[in-house]
Amino acid sequence: MAQNDTLIKGWQPVIGLEVHVQLMTNTKLFSPAKNKFGEDANTLVDLIDMGLPGVLPVLNEGAMRQGIKFGLATSAKIAKTMIFDRKNYFYPDLPKGYQITQLHFPIVKDGVVDVNGKEVRIHQAHLEEDAGKSMHDKYDDRSVIDLNRSGVPLLEIVSEPDLRSASEAVDYLKKIHQIITYLDISDGNMSQGSMRCDANISIMRPDADEFGTRAEIKNINSFKFVEKAINFEIKRQIKILENGNKVEQETRLYDAVKDETRSMRTKEFANDYRYFPCPDLVPTNISDELIEDVRKNMDELPEEKESRFRSQYNLDEYEAKVLCAEKITAKFYEEVCEVTDPILSAKWIIGEINALLNKHDVSLAESKINSKNFAGLIMKIKDGTISGKIAKEVLEEMWQTGSDSQEIIKSKGLEQISDESELESIAQSILDNNPSQVEAFKSGKDKLFGFFVGQVMKETQGKANPGAVNAILKRLLSN
Amino acid sequence: MNFKDQREKFRSKAISAKEAVKEAMQKIKNDNLNIFINDFETQALKQADYIDNNFEKFKNTPLSGVPIAHKDIFCTNGLKTTCGSKMLENFVPPYDSTVIKNCNEAGSIMVAKTNMDEFAMGSSNETSYFGAVSNPWNSDLVPGGSSGGAAACVAADITSISTGTDTGGSIRQPAALCGVTGLKPTYGLVSRWGMIAFCSSMDQAGPFSRDAFGCAALLDAMASYDEKDSTCSKRIEKNFESLLTENFGSLKIGVIKNIDSLGINTDVMQSYETSKSVLTGLGHKLKEVDFSELSSGICSYYVIAPAECSSNLSRFDGVKYGYRASNQKDISNLYMETRSEGFGDEVKKRILIGTHVLSAGFYDAYYLQAQKVRRMIKNKFESIFKDVDLIFMPTTLDQAFEKNRKDSDPNRMYKEDLLTIPANLAGLPAISFPNGFKNSLPVGGQFVGNYFSEDLLLATTHKIQEVTDWHKMTP
Repeated sequence: MAQNDTLIKGWQPVIGLEVHVQLMTNTKLFSPAKNKFGEDANTLVDLIDMGLPGVLPVLNEGAMRQGIKFGLATSAKIAKTMIFDRKNYFYPDLPKGYQITQLHFPIVKDGVVDVNGKEVRIHQAHLEEDAGKSMHDKYDDRSVIDLNRSGVPLLEIVSEPDLRSASEAVDYLKKIHQIITYLDISDGNMSQGSMRCDANISIMRPDADEFGTRAEIKNINSFKFVEKAINFEIKRQIKILENGNKVEQETRLYDAVKDETRSMRTKEFANDYRYFPCPDLVPTNISDELIEDVRKNMDELPEEKESRFRSQYNLDEYEAKVLCAEKITAKFYEEVCEVTDPILSAKWIIGEINALLNKHDVSLAESKINSKNFAGLIMKIKDGTISGKIAKEVLEEMWQTGSDSQEIIKSKGLEQISDESELESIAQSILDNNPSQVEAFKSGKDKLFGFFVGQVMKETQGKANPGAVNAILKRLLSN
Repeated sequence: MNFKDQREKFRSKAISAKEAVKEAMQKIKNDNLNIFINDFETQALKQADYIDNNFEKFKNTPLSGVPIAHKDIFCTNGLKTTCGSKMLENFVPPYDSTVIKNCNEAGSIMVAKTNMDEFAMGSSNETSYFGAVSNPWNSDLVPGGSSGGAAACVAADITSISTGTDTGGSIRQPAALCGVTGLKPTYGLVSRWGMIAFCSSMDQAGPFSRDAFGCAALLDAMASYDEKDSTCSKRIEKNFESLLTENFGSLKIGVIKNIDSLGINTDVMQSYETSKSVLTGLGHKLKEVDFSELSSGICSYYVIAPAECSSNLSRFDGVKYGYRASNQKDISNLYMETRSEGFGDEVKKRILIGTHVLSAGFYDAYYLQAQKVRRMIKNKFESIFKDVDLIFMPTTLDQAFEKNRKDSDPNRMYKEDLLTIPANLAGLPAISFPNGFKNSLPVGGQFVGNYFSEDLLLATTHKIQEVTDWHKMTP
């Protein structure tokens, strides 16, 4: 039965994603050039990446291990023998005139990931090389090419058409992102292009026997755009079908500025890539020993970490999930736990840290907060040096400057005043200065107690230990 | 002069490397057969000095102080590498191919690079952008191809050794037509790194020399395991020169049943028959083997080789290096005009065929079928080698033919490779050597051996050359 909550105007969207992930390796897929982002143009280029005559590719085993890891993480079949094929087409930033990829014998087949309790099948994941980058707007009179990206290893992860809504597609993409970042397969940075997504979209009536004709949207580069592009495309197709027309099988581009998809090429003009096995590379056998070795050295997966967090740190399901959503957060949390209270730390990360990250739209890695200064802050809360309210102020300062909590507390004089005699003399002076309120309190206006506390806090700029203030005021007022 | 004497003169200090280079350079300057595309006197003299100054280091290397000419398909660091094409007329690679590096280390000195069919596509050396090469025995005739310049260079006694490549017979056929010895090694014995690709799954570099001795020494230099070529074999090192005198005893040599029905010229057949009696005279046993699939190899070859070449030659697009058509309005025109102007007709023809056989809808009918035939031929060889040690047959159907003769009939030209192609399809080693002399022209015969049996091929040829003189004849 179709999932009716995903129907739009009685139409069932059917979505499959192809996710390109740049693998983290020292060198490129087939050349000894460094695999790195953000270097000067054409500085990470070997003879092989330039497609010079007579040069030959040699497979980087590191990339193969990354592929195997992904296969293991998605309970997939790892190929006994994988074969590289050539995909032939002309493009200025494709120096050889073909891309080396895997068509029939990919490294990974038949995987599955859990997306909000639903199994989404992965058809295959294959290794291939990235192309260079053409730049058309750098000069007025010419286009230029940067080959630093040429030959960077990619894992293309192809899902089955199991997704039924744009938001489900985004959740699937986030899941893939979580897996690849957890396993250090990729940094998954969509804005830098280390994770890119193509979406295949069709719509059908829930009771139809066959999927509708699909359109493929190429190169979507953020989670937000994936959702928008898919939703636009669904609406476009509904409009076409409801007007009695047919959806054409074609490749489309998403324009984020106009929030629309545009036709790039129709099936009629589709490239014939003339795939054939690459004769420069022998079929590569993947031994059980290699797979075992990769498995042994594999990091904990998100689900494994969540359940460990629950038992080890006494967290509830929600807390564990939030803390494990990103590997970097989980790592941060564990570092903090090594020195201070796990429950209090969890509460502060989930509440205050995440709020700051969202507010400023940056990642934990980019922020000035680190596990050391954050753990220091939690310890100050824990031992009563500062109140929760003051702690938020310290955290704000820490966010801005990256300073140590101790320094901030000291330089701003935020340390909690717990000294009995000091507090008593402040309290006494408050009472002395407000004789009419003292009178009123003593004649029964209990609510005025809060007024006195507030005055002490005001006098101490919030640094007074609230418990101590309460006790002292009670004592003084009962005299 | 033959290779052994040339090397000995250096080793005995009868001649310096520099003097040897000067002699060779003089002959190159006098060449009127169009054997060379570029010569490199300055670099050669410098290299010769280096070798002379380091005599102790090079006196026992396989190619001590011997001038060599390399086929212009091997990339040479800082020196033009054209592959016989306008496309690469001014291309200067920033790297040495492994073959060049190995030969340099073995003590040879490159004096020039030899003419060849464009991108090694041809059997007459007439498709070269730099013009046809003439056969040293008769300048009206072709030297064969694609390594026509390399074979002619040794036949004309300009250098005693040269390198070539053999994808469908491009070493053996010109060796036969020029009257020299040439060996195509097992696929994977010699690294393909830096050798401009035509058909990657069959391309294999190999040596030319007057005799098996020179080929053995040059192969010792050329062959090495190379981690830069994934198809290169990690075989056990052999010293082919020292194995020349190895006694392999009485061999069982396969001769193909009904080979005369393949259209082999009677003069070539006569030499073949004579050689058979030489073999039995040396104590070998002949055994007739059935190989009716032999002639289907050519169909398979002319699908697979163009398919791979269509992809391998895609990189020549005018964007990065090589020829670029001027004043093009967009990238698509740049591609079309660059490739239309930069490639010759034979190359274009094969790119078109290759593109077609790989196209959706034709792949199964052509490429896949061709691979099946290839597999069948490989299996057939394997079963034959269960029975025999070597297979003996003529190298070519005909002797050297006239220039332009077969231009009108491409099928006839393609048929030139009928007897050489099967070894390439199966990746087997094969050696062609002069085995007769008819119509004032040499005739060639070839042995095909099992994988990595180069030692056996060379030693067997060497024994024949100890009792015959065909390899000593000069134009």
